[in-house]
Amino acid sequence: MDGPGEPWVGQAVPRLEDAALLSGNARFIDDLAPVPGIRHVALLRSPYAHARISKVDITEAAALDGVYGVLTGAELVTELDPLASAVRAPVDYFPIASDKVRYVGEPVALVAAVDRYVAEDALERIVVDYEPLPAAVDPVAALEDSAGQVHERVGSNLVHHRTFRYGDPDRAFDEAAAIVSLDWRYPRQASTPIETYGAVAHYEEAPERYTIWSNFQGPFILQPLMARALRVPGNRLRLVAAPHSGGSFGIKQGLYPYLVLLAAASRMLGCPLKWIEDRSEHLMASSAASDRADSIEAAFDQEGTLTGLRYRNLVSVGAYIRAPEPASVYRMHAASNGCYRTRNIAVDNRLVLTNKTPIGLNRGYGGPQFFFGLERAMDKAARSLGVDPAELRRRNFIPANAFPYDAPAGALYDSGDYAKGLDLALELADYEALKARRDAARAAGKLFGIGFACGVEPSGSNMAYVTLAQTPEERAKTGGRSGGAAVATVALDPSGAATVTLDSTPAGQGHATAAAQIVADGLGMRPEEVQVVTTMDTQNGDWSLASGNYANRFSAIVVDAIVESTDRIAMKLKAVAADMLEVAPDDVELSGGRARIAGVPDDGIALARVAAATHWHPAGLPEGLSPGLREAATLSPDVLDAPDEQDRVASAVTFGYICDLAAVEVDPKTGRITVETYVSVHDVGRVLNPILVEGQVRGGFAHGFGAAVMEDLVYDSEGNFLSGSFADYACPTAADLPPVTVGHVETASPANALGSKGMGDGSSMLTPAVMANAVADALGRDDVELPLTLDRVWRLAREAS
Amino acid sequence: MKPASFAYIRPETQDEALSALAEHGDDALVLAGGLSLGAMLNMRLAFAETIIDINRIPALNRIERVDESLRTGAMVRQADALKSADVSEAAPLLRLGLQNVGHYQTRSRGTLGGSVAHADPSAEIPLCLATLDGVVELASQRGSRRVPAREFADTALSTIREPDEMVEALHWPIHTGAGVAFQEIAQRHGDFAIVAVAAVIRNETEFSLGFGGVEGVPRVLDGMVGGSVEETVGAFVDELDAMDDPRASAEYRIGVARHLGVQTLRQAQELAT
Amino acid sequence: MSAKFEADARVRVNCTVNGKRHTGYAEPRTQLCDFLRHELHLYGTHVGCEHGVCGACTITLDGRLARSCMTYAVQAEGAEIGTVEGLSEPGTLNPLQRAFSDHGALQCGFCTAGILISTTYFLADNPMPSEQEVREMLSGHLCRCTGYEGMVRAILSVAGGGS
Ligand code: FES
Ligand code: FES
Repeated sequence: MDGPGEPWVGQAVPRLEDAALLSGNARFIDDLAPVPGIRHVALLRSPYAHARISKVDITEAAALDGVYGVLTGAELVTELDPLASAVRAPVDYFPIASDKVRYVGEPVALVAAVDRYVAEDALERIVVDYEPLPAAVDPVAALEDSAGQVHERVGSNLVHHRTFRYGDPDRAFDEAAAIVSLDWRYPRQASTPIETYGAVAHYEEAPERYTIWSNFQGPFILQPLMARALRVPGNRLRLVAAPHSGGSFGIKQGLYPYLVLLAAASRMLGCPLKWIEDRSEHLMASSAASDRADSIEAAFDQEGTLTGLRYRNLVSVGAYIRAPEPASVYRMHAASNGCYRTRNIAVDNRLVLTNKTPIGLNRGYGGPQFFFGLERAMDKAARSLGVDPAELRRRNFIPANAFPYDAPAGALYDSGDYAKGLDLALELADYEALKARRDAARAAGKLFGIGFACGVEPSGSNMAYVTLAQTPEERAKTGGRSGGAAVATVALDPSGAATVTLDSTPAGQGHATAAAQIVADGLGMRPEEVQVVTTMDTQNGDWSLASGNYANRFSAIVVDAIVESTDRIAMKLKAVAADMLEVAPDDVELSGGRARIAGVPDDGIALARVAAATHWHPAGLPEGLSPGLREAATLSPDVLDAPDEQDRVASAVTFGYICDLAAVEVDPKTGRITVETYVSVHDVGRVLNPILVEGQVRGGFAHGFGAAVMEDLVYDSEGNFLSGSFADYACPTAADLPPVTVGHVETASPANALGSKGMGDGSSMLTPAVMANAVADALGRDDVELPLTLDRVWRLAREAS
Repeated sequence: MKPASFAYIRPETQDEALSALAEHGDDALVLAGGLSLGAMLNMRLAFAETIIDINRIPALNRIERVDESLRTGAMVRQADALKSADVSEAAPLLRLGLQNVGHYQTRSRGTLGGSVAHADPSAEIPLCLATLDGVVELASQRGSRRVPAREFADTALSTIREPDEMVEALHWPIHTGAGVAFQEIAQRHGDFAIVAVAAVIRNETEFSLGFGGVEGVPRVLDGMVGGSVEETVGAFVDELDAMDDPRASAEYRIGVARHLGVQTLRQAQELAT
Repeated sequence: MSAKFEADARVRVNCTVNGKRHTGYAEPRTQLCDFLRHELHLYGTHVGCEHGVCGACTITLDGRLARSCMTYAVQAEGAEIGTVEGLSEPGTLNPLQRAFSDHGALQCGFCTAGILISTTYFLADNPMPSEQEVREMLSGHLCRCTGYEGMVRAILSVAGGGS
């Protein structure tokens, strides 16, 4: 494209990331040795769910050849302050245990050695005396008085309890023509990227500074927390992102306590330290989505209108509340109405401490658990009201003309056309034919079922939504919180070559490609000419507390910062070029690497010349222009205001939409579920690059399907962890995933300049509910829980028949 | 996840291997394809002072017909066995079983002997060997001996192999008929089976039906064709003492063993006629 | 003659990787993936589990596919090894690599090296596979990003003579 033509944004531009990744030239954290003299760390971890540490003897370990140093939790903890969270409770969270271990896998001691092999040898020579304590494992049982107390000072394992009311839920239920209720257990699961956590931590004495290279993905709201734990001002803690990250899906947020641990150890041992988590450590002790014991009630009137919702959530947070938790419980809160019009909502949230790994960001982040309740209830209601489940949803959707829609708990839905998405799903699935197939299959004695789920996808988070965990009074005391800023920097060097620097720490989503498309459009270049820097560096780059790779932030907010900084550069280029071409800036357009006079068939001048003038000859610039070409745009969407006194909050900037439909056949003899049809329709606003969107949609489905059918972090009743390998924690393979028909509807978002919406969670939030609905329909029973393993489905099918 | 230290010996002949075993056997482990042992060493679930690597002993790679059997050397790779015309002709059940072993990638290096020596309760290769009533040939400096496959594993992951012995070869009784069938169920494609069933029909009159993954070792039912398949299989399966673990309950294993047992035996019978 | 090394021996290992001769040192217990990455500085091979399930570390070793995490460096003495770095000339991509990019077969790319090695080997073995065969081959790898769909399409496009 030489002249102005079709914009790059929207096209299937090949990913700029791919060449390095495909040829083995991309560098990940374990490939780096950013400083000389690195020692390698292994961590001794608790084999007990709950025990008092009476003695740690490191003598033999320290004496082993090749060992550089051994630190116990007790030694490390005295050098640290606890890591804070939004929940006010006497729960001190340190990255390593000192007096008591509270989950299997909790770090107890750290070894630094010449290599990881020797470090692991040393672990076997550390002797720890434990006095086992009763463990709190099951979230419901953990509330009983007889349960083990995870943190004695709390007084019980119930560490947080808040209730919320919007509208008049009691009246809705009093007047309801029908009430549907469900309760269920939700399993613990994790996103398990193929690359585990990794970091190199380096302490320098004078001037004092910690530098940590890692695959940490943000949110960088955690950076000040880490600095506080290390007892240094924020400018003494430098975080640098590795050039590439091997997937995250949120979970690499949970790396930060380890960064604090490694930083402190680097100082205490006087050498840079490298730690690469192994797969067992990752499964056992990195992070997980919460296991929960939840329930829902839904009230309907005669016409099948959903008039009220009541949620009761009991969330097992694990042994500590690791910030930004309890955000996973509050992420969906402002959108508690889902896709529906109801204004009457009651929510009861309880967090219970358990002797398990602390929970944290994982793909879907609270969405899978939320939609499992709401969308299971909708399917159940359809059956009990005798209405088609698609029709019941249609009756209750927020209509397309109601956007932007102010949801009862404060979310401002930017745009959407939910019925259109549903119609497309029905069409792609050939719903009428599918129902006929179900009838035929049932007549032949087969177990055939159809399930639906529809949901909104909040993207670009308000940092303040987590403060819903505090009462309005508590919030008032702490001071205001709001916003979700993004920073992007665009620069042109004297040769006219563009570089854009991002704060979005990507882990495979293709941010570099999309950013290059946006810059190329704005400056009249080709995307591959744009250099994209994603190695965020808190010392040498622009960033904000909200920086990072979470809550589908990139295409909701970050793109706006890229557009803004690109626009500013373009304006300056036009001003300088106008001066050179002797026309008005408005008459200049940028295309094909040149600044041209609009409408004049002339070559104009090369951008290189314009750029060079700003760098080489500032004195010659038109009045009011500063030298050089570098613009950093920082912006936070206005809508992301602080929560109000009624606990309403605009929790996110864009709200995508997903409508999934599955038809399954269940083999009662084996419990095998065969997916006959799976349709997934998405509204991601304007599509920036179909390759990237397709990738997120398919990948989100794969996560959702794994969660629905096989993934489970299993603990026994004593809190022993039973899923410590990839043979035990089953992630789906290419042979396990059914074909998916993907459809798109597009309602451009008014929330940013491009009209795009966040879209990384996608079906990971809905597939668990859809699959459960389909299996429930096949078996004719509603007590269907996850994961729908062979054993579980077989058992349900047997009891059903 | 790094292994503890071990010394390493890589013999180039069978005699060298046996002498290394005679010297170190008590504290040594034999490394074949490494697909099971490697994981256990890395996770520090297995330890050895010495690892004896038998990957470079050419004599262990042979497939040959000996008497009434197909003899496969311990180091015959699963992928090679799967492609072997001899295996297809003389041990078609093994071929069926192999299609379910691990993955394309792991079969490339994984061996027949390694799988039998490792004795995973769910493994397909020892199940096929036991079902066919094959023989494990063990060698040591003291001489060689042949042990019926059905007696080779005594419990899960444990066999009657003496420390100075190695699995030298497997003997598969030649069975050329079409009456073979193999079915298994696993949560994911390529996983170790929760339940695996192998069936063979001999002379259109006798059958052997082997169950893997239910108990710690393969269990085989021998019988005569003709009675009620449901009853015969049901009676046998009801007596099994099934494992119970996070992958599947004992109840499930029994239920599915009955179902797959009936199906597999029927399928073999149909194919035999 | 048997090769014999003590447990803590520093063993010199000579091998050929992607046609080039390499020498490095390893202990008997050194995983081949660690040797390739941290001794020979060939970082293209990745490590995702160290117990043989994820397939990220897959290489070719003397004409067979191997999980380099469950192979020890000393076993590679004199061996011919193939890794992702050898799939194409510097600065170029081969048709399979290009197809991966065109079909969105990778995102973070951490699983990709092993998958490219497996696929290259597989297509030499089975030049016209069915979709089912491709999926079964791929089931020896875990990818958490893509849902595999793009990979299946990429591989079929190359197998079918390319599109
Ligand atoms: S790292 Fe070798 S298979 Fe996962
Ligand atoms: S592309 Fe990320 S794991 Fe496959």
